[in-house]
Amino acid sequence: MSFLTMTHLEKIFGQNRVVKDFSLSVEKGEFISLLGPSGCGKTTVLRMVAGFESPSAGGITIDGKDVTGLKANSRNIGMMFQAYALFPNMTVADNVAFGLKVKGAPKAERDARVAEMLALIGLADLGGRFPFQLSGGQQQRVALARALAPRPSVLLLDEPLSALDAKVRVSLRNQIRQIQQELGITTIFVTHDQEEAMSISDRIVVMNGGVADQVGAPFEIYNRPRTRFVANFVGTLNTFEVEVADPASGRVMLAGQGLTLPDAPLAARAGETLSVALRPEALRLGRLPDAEALLTAKVTDVHFMGSVIRLKADLAGAAVSLDTFNRPDTPPPVVGSEVEVSLSGRDFILLQA
Amino acid sequence: MPKQPGGQRLRLPLEWLGILPFMIFAVLFLILPTMKIVIGAFQTADGSFTLQNLIDLNTDSIRSAYWTSLKLSFVTALLGCAIGFAMAAAVVFGGLPKGVRNPLVTFSGVASNFAGVPLAFAFIATLGPVGLVTVWLRTEFGINLRAMGFNLLSFWGLVITYLFFQIPLMILIIIPALDGLKREWREAAAVLGATGAQYWRMVALPILFPSLLGTFALLFANAFGAVATAFALTGPQLNIVPIKLFAQIRGDVLGNPNLGYALAFGMIVITALANFLYIWLRVRSERWLK
Repeated sequence: MSFLTMTHLEKIFGQNRVVKDFSLSVEKGEFISLLGPSGCGKTTVLRMVAGFESPSAGGITIDGKDVTGLKANSRNIGMMFQAYALFPNMTVADNVAFGLKVKGAPKAERDARVAEMLALIGLADLGGRFPFQLSGGQQQRVALARALAPRPSVLLLDEPLSALDAKVRVSLRNQIRQIQQELGITTIFVTHDQEEAMSISDRIVVMNGGVADQVGAPFEIYNRPRTRFVANFVGTLNTFEVEVADPASGRVMLAGQGLTLPDAPLAARAGETLSVALRPEALRLGRLPDAEALLTAKVTDVHFMGSVIRLKADLAGAAVSLDTFNRPDTPPPVVGSEVEVSLSGRDFILLQA
Repeated sequence: MPKQPGGQRLRLPLEWLGILPFMIFAVLFLILPTMKIVIGAFQTADGSFTLQNLIDLNTDSIRSAYWTSLKLSFVTALLGCAIGFAMAAAVVFGGLPKGVRNPLVTFSGVASNFAGVPLAFAFIATLGPVGLVTVWLRTEFGINLRAMGFNLLSFWGLVITYLFFQIPLMILIIIPALDGLKREWREAAAVLGATGAQYWRMVALPILFPSLLGTFALLFANAFGAVATAFALTGPQLNIVPIKLFAQIRGDVLGNPNLGYALAFGMIVITALANFLYIWLRVRSERWLK
């Protein structure tokens, strides 16, 4: 049985159904990300798990116990907030000890746990400081220590990295993942940042309009998006219209060249057009031996991003992005030049809804 | 220092021009009068130095006036803070309809400045010996306020009257402070296992403490210096410092202006002490702020 279950959750605010028939089972120790644009309902789901919002319908269980009607202070949950939410009138140590103090833990136990938690987050020497004396990253690490100190059964992370600068964000997300794996704590992470979600999650729930569009491992979500929304939201996508040649074998035509899609048999008749997509890295510069089709593209823009160079180009009547690795001995193509692009049918994503 | 060739042109500090009217006003009506009071408290009628005015404060009547003023200020500040806080909290956190807040704030803005003769008249007309409420309670319910010991022209009558402007003043000042309590603090406390009472005791009230303290000091000073309402309500019969002071400096032939200055000097000292206490406590309680 799953450790945390959400079954047919609904949330209605006035006339607005923010969450619609949302179900999810999370295993013990799993790291799940709820990913989606603003207003998709991901934070509302998290707040229902925390106990800050009551579901309009459906139920939530944690470790087999129905917590749907329980107040937030009876659920044994830890939570990190976007805006840190450290208590400004308390020192770092007092913040971390707060959860244990309200539960009546003896001072010796509190002190030992605070020391353990501060060591875990690498701030052992800062227990006597007040939150305003810490950087944003340090404050959020203290918030993590505070959330973990009472040994919660579930950890909820409500966009905890979005207020931090890029470098701190990457370092803290790695630290969160490392601590989560070390403690084996079941974690739900809300974010609108796909890179963040893909880099630290066991599974991702892509949400759209209050429903879970797709649930899967990051590799699966990125490479096999089930809906057009997921395909567009996660990563950059180039879309093409192809003409079906042979539905049974998955054969299609693009700019007069034949390609075999991996989703055969196709649910279309010969002569019909289908929408397909390719990730930028699946459009490969040059004439490659394993390519099924070779097209010529005109470069319209070049973005040097360090290890990767992203080109914008006109290809088969579509404006596309293609990525190529930087090689110190090979300068990138110049704007206006024509380049050969190799394609393989197996890389195409067939877009459905 | 050798003078630089050509010299520097004297620049008119235009950036100070905007606050010039305020500075003139403050000097004319705050600093100079205060200096006159302080100096006058140590002078005889002919201008020579004396401590007699301060010694003369140590009479039964004046000691009693200070004690009554302190009690009145303390009680009205305390009740004003408690009741005003409860009302503001009900509006901000109590789930009342949003339509309640604006009328309450508007009313508070008006009521906090409602003092003097109009306020005294309003209370005499409602809670005076033949006031509307007094008569209504007596005729409809047989409740005789006077027989129960209530007298509007007394200490507690003055307390009730002062509360009419003290409570709204508290509401006006504390609502922004309550708005400043972040929802995340309450939620973080709850998810860590705290009850509502624990959140208020350990997080919200310590954060609000400087604001509460500041408002208490303001309400105390507001009541301590109020003379118009007290005089309009009770005339010279209530023995509080502002009325005694008023009697000394109004130009009455029996008055002693220098004793009046000494009385005012005493009020300045008490207000200053209250403010120093407030600043000291505030610095202690705000050590967690930048």
